Amino acid sequence: MKHLSRFRRHRAVAPLLLIFALLGIGTTFSVAGAATSNPISAAERSALIKEGEQIFNRGCSSCHGINLEGGGVAPSLIGVGAASVDFQVGTGRMPLADMSAQAMRKTPLYTEKEVEALAAYVASLAIGPEIPGEEQLNYERDGSVAEGGELFRTNCAMCHNFAGQGGALTQGKYAPTLMGVLPKHISEAMTTGPQSMPVFSDKTLTPEEKLSVIKWIKAVEVEPALGGASLGRVGPVTEGLLVWTLGLGLLVGVAVWLAMKAR
Amino acid sequence: MSKEIDAIKDPGLPEHVLRRADTDPIAARKAERQVATLFTLSSLGTITLIGAYFFIPQDVFIFFPVLGSTNAHQLFLGLGLAASVFFIGMGAIHWAKTLMPDEEVVIQRHEFRSPDEDRAEFVKTAKEGAAAAGLGRRSLIKRSLGLSLGLAGLSPLVLLRDLGPTPGDSLSKTSWKAGTRLVTDPGDRPIKASDLEVGAVAQTLPELAKGEKRTLPNIARDAVLLIRLRPEEFNLNAERLSWTHEGIIAFSKICSHMGCAVALYEQQTKHLLCPCHQSTFDVTRAAKVIFGPAARPLPQLAVTVDSEGYLVAQSPFTEPIGPSFWGRLK
Amino acid sequence: MTARERIAGSVANYVDERTGAAAWMKKNLNKVFPDHWSFLLGEIALYSFVILLLSGTFLTFWFDPSQREVIYDGTYAPLQGIHMSAAYASSLDISFEVRGGLLMRQIHHWSALIFMAAIVVHLMRVYFTGAFRKPREFNWIIGIGLLTLGIVEGFLGYSLPDDLLSGTGIRIAEAIMQAIPVVGSYISFFAFGGAFPGEAFIPRIYIVHVLILPGIFLALITVHLMLVWYQKHTQYPGPGRTEKNVVGYPLLPVYMAKAGGFFFIVFGVTAFLGAVASINPIWLYGPYTPAQVSAGSQPDWYMGWLDGLVRMAPPIETIFFGYTISWNILLPGLIIPGILFTGMALYPFIESWITGDKREHHLLDRPRNAPNRTALGVMSLTFMIIALINGGNDIFATTFDLTINQIMWFSRISIFILPPIAFVITKRLCLSLQRADRELVLHGRETGRLVMMPHGEFVEVHEPISPEKAWILTQHEQQPALALEENDASGVRRPGVLKNKLRARMSKAHAVSIPKATAADLKEIEHH
Repeated sequence: MKHLSRFRRHRAVAPLLLIFALLGIGTTFSVAGAATSNPISAAERSALIKEGEQIFNRGCSSCHGINLEGGGVAPSLIGVGAASVDFQVGTGRMPLADMSAQAMRKTPLYTEKEVEALAAYVASLAIGPEIPGEEQLNYERDGSVAEGGELFRTNCAMCHNFAGQGGALTQGKYAPTLMGVLPKHISEAMTTGPQSMPVFSDKTLTPEEKLSVIKWIKAVEVEPALGGASLGRVGPVTEGLLVWTLGLGLLVGVAVWLAMKAR
Repeated sequence: MSKEIDAIKDPGLPEHVLRRADTDPIAARKAERQVATLFTLSSLGTITLIGAYFFIPQDVFIFFPVLGSTNAHQLFLGLGLAASVFFIGMGAIHWAKTLMPDEEVVIQRHEFRSPDEDRAEFVKTAKEGAAAAGLGRRSLIKRSLGLSLGLAGLSPLVLLRDLGPTPGDSLSKTSWKAGTRLVTDPGDRPIKASDLEVGAVAQTLPELAKGEKRTLPNIARDAVLLIRLRPEEFNLNAERLSWTHEGIIAFSKICSHMGCAVALYEQQTKHLLCPCHQSTFDVTRAAKVIFGPAARPLPQLAVTVDSEGYLVAQSPFTEPIGPSFWGRLK
Repeated sequence: MTARERIAGSVANYVDERTGAAAWMKKNLNKVFPDHWSFLLGEIALYSFVILLLSGTFLTFWFDPSQREVIYDGTYAPLQGIHMSAAYASSLDISFEVRGGLLMRQIHHWSALIFMAAIVVHLMRVYFTGAFRKPREFNWIIGIGLLTLGIVEGFLGYSLPDDLLSGTGIRIAEAIMQAIPVVGSYISFFAFGGAFPGEAFIPRIYIVHVLILPGIFLALITVHLMLVWYQKHTQYPGPGRTEKNVVGYPLLPVYMAKAGGFFFIVFGVTAFLGAVASINPIWLYGPYTPAQVSAGSQPDWYMGWLDGLVRMAPPIETIFFGYTISWNILLPGLIIPGILFTGMALYPFIESWITGDKREHHLLDRPRNAPNRTALGVMSLTFMIIALINGGNDIFATTFDLTINQIMWFSRISIFILPPIAFVITKRLCLSLQRADRELVLHGRETGRLVMMPHGEFVEVHEPISPEKAWILTQHEQQPALALEENDASGVRRPGVLKNKLRARMSKAHAVSIPKATAADLKEIEHH
């Protein structure tokens, strides 16, 4: 973090620090939320599962079936685990808003507490990937940003683009941008493989490596404009558009002025 | 050409119109001041550039609308340079437009064709020169010269021969052999079949023998993508099915079209997409091309497990990987 | 005589006694340059070339063109400890350790994009105004050569930093080499010094990028400019402007100040872009390895059309006596571009063959007065733009909520359909504009004022246009189509009947026009 910590020394970095702070707060909250769910008593746990069951039956069972068995359009939820529920519902992808090519990230319908209950209920019926704990998400302390970058470029960049901005898949599907996604959700996506995304097993991409990937994504997210406006970080297409509009526009503008007769 | 005769007449060059600065000394002075201001702006730009170079550290970031948090050193260096040259240009042009004479001048064109006598002279000289050399008469010289010139043209080709080795069969070979373990890229860890859940992918390379170093040309031929499906999802013939292991199937990651790394795996549709030219391959049908410009499926690597349960290649690739070339099937 | 004049005089004397330059200078300082904004487009390209030389030289002081593997230990934390080539590491150092290095890198890259864009708009200006006609055909061919070399030079520059994006580009270039029948894999092995990517390619293309091609550029640009100088610039039609004269500003001082000033403008705009807009952020791409790729890997815009053609190519590969021919690469990668550029280079000769016009032309055409040429130009542009859009189909798909498959199918179909439609529409548009010109000359400008005639009818008052305007609208000559006899004077059928038929037909199509207004027409109207 030598490079990034140098950014922080200067007072003019206030807006950046604010983003940092907000992100930090956000992560602490989510991490705390995940962490507190572990040491709860058996009674509290069964109450949580009960609540989750009620929410499920009201909001999810019409598609996913009363026994999580799935239906025509909806997959079975048996064995998807708490991580999957937390990702899908916690990022607002579920419940689906419409039948477009794929579920979009949007404002979650359920509160954090309700998501937790839903996840506990689904996880109580069959074993599956768990919501990652604080240990696996503390990217500010652990992980290596350079290694994360290399892993990202090998495993993620082909869909999510070199800077995590997202990209097109076939038939209107797309890999979403990773900017502004909670570390918890990034981690869950890698373990559960939501929608088009494949699963990245803990054996082939270890939890430590996943943390490094998150660390790199977060570093890129807050990386300031080193060379000026980023143009969306999508490569040469926007650069070409800027040359033909602003670049040539300015030059032809001056040329017209130059050739105009003065009065 | 009768029509041309009663064509509308050319009214001739319009009268020169004087500018304000030509007639009004106040306007002229104003223009002069404007030009001077533009040149001064340029000087300020250069001062900004010098100031930014020496006094703004490279790690200072400021907030700038539209750009966001941006590097102050780079920004002011650039804006200083831009102003320093741009306003010289503006000043010079404004000067030319307002104060330099703006009456248009007419000059006549000349014909490019040389006068006939010059042309005749030239032809004569050329002929005389050729005759003096006697090239037409001495056919032996002519022929041997032609031959030697032609042969001399070959020498650069010969001398460039050592630019590289001939391909031999290296385009058809990879490092995969029967029993080579698949290891993670990066990390070089061997992979057990049980390490992969259904829907999982892994980027892999062949395991290196001790002391061996992986080179980029190796990676460019050896990169393999592992995918695990449910075995019943495959739609393969018996041979290809025997190349998979419990739903784990392996393909060369190097696109059969132009060699990009094909690794955009869509878990739901079981399609692989190449980001360079959008060739789409169906994993369940042995990477058959279902869209885009690729003409061939991705070569499949036969995999199985060794005695310790690690995934290994059953055999080398049965066809050359990567883009096509003339002798690909030879 | 002031002191300053004395000094200037003695310097001039010194130089002239040794070179005899005065006579030449006297003649050439009187050169006259017509003033029009569109004549500056080529200058943008010329000045961008100078900026490229300046900024490129700066970069060479630190760039290490080597594919030797190093471990990065610079200030950019997200790459520290990563294995990479020395070329990539030194590009990072230029960006982060050398003060002003990133600015120069960005200026160099923006300047390259502006260079290519300026060449293209300059070419369009020359084409649509017919400036390529005799005696300027050589300069047209040199221009096409410069465009082609510019594409190559730009691609090599894009490849040099050896980041993930440029490596992907080189990989594709290698696949095109490999696809060449018979010798493809040999060419590739010779170029790369062995198997792709090897360690020889970057050093080799470096010397091509910084020495060989810039040298050829300098030579061609010099000839290009000398021909412009010697042949004198073309001019737009206008009162007092003829095929025999040039109307404009003298070189000294007006043109010198304007053109010189414009160099600084181009530099300023390029530096401004370099200051405020990031281009090719190589530190985000990471070093090249063949097992990695980024979504949305695109070439720079001037190669985008080529990439778009490759994307839309049909998946065809044939086996010929056991040998593989990759039409899906050869067709879009070599054959179509070859046809396009050869056609472009030969166009001046094709047009003069069709029209039979072998005279010198120094007055430019208004594009509407050459409907066939204009339509052909718009048709080619349409083709290129469709290919270019398809080259960015993944970015456009995510931006505009489309699918890559839709854009691909749209491109595949419309690349055949839209160019001919564009041709027909443009040609008709040109003819309508000619008709409008005729109306304007004959009936004047509509003033919008209505007058009631004695018998109660309302008519709009038309105001005659100025003689200058009338001249501009009618100065062009309307060549009749070539009359090609099938039989010669003695009644024997000429050889090459088919060729002649084709020529006659094209000539006829080329000559289609609305008769321009004449003085006789005007007189006739006055009598009414």
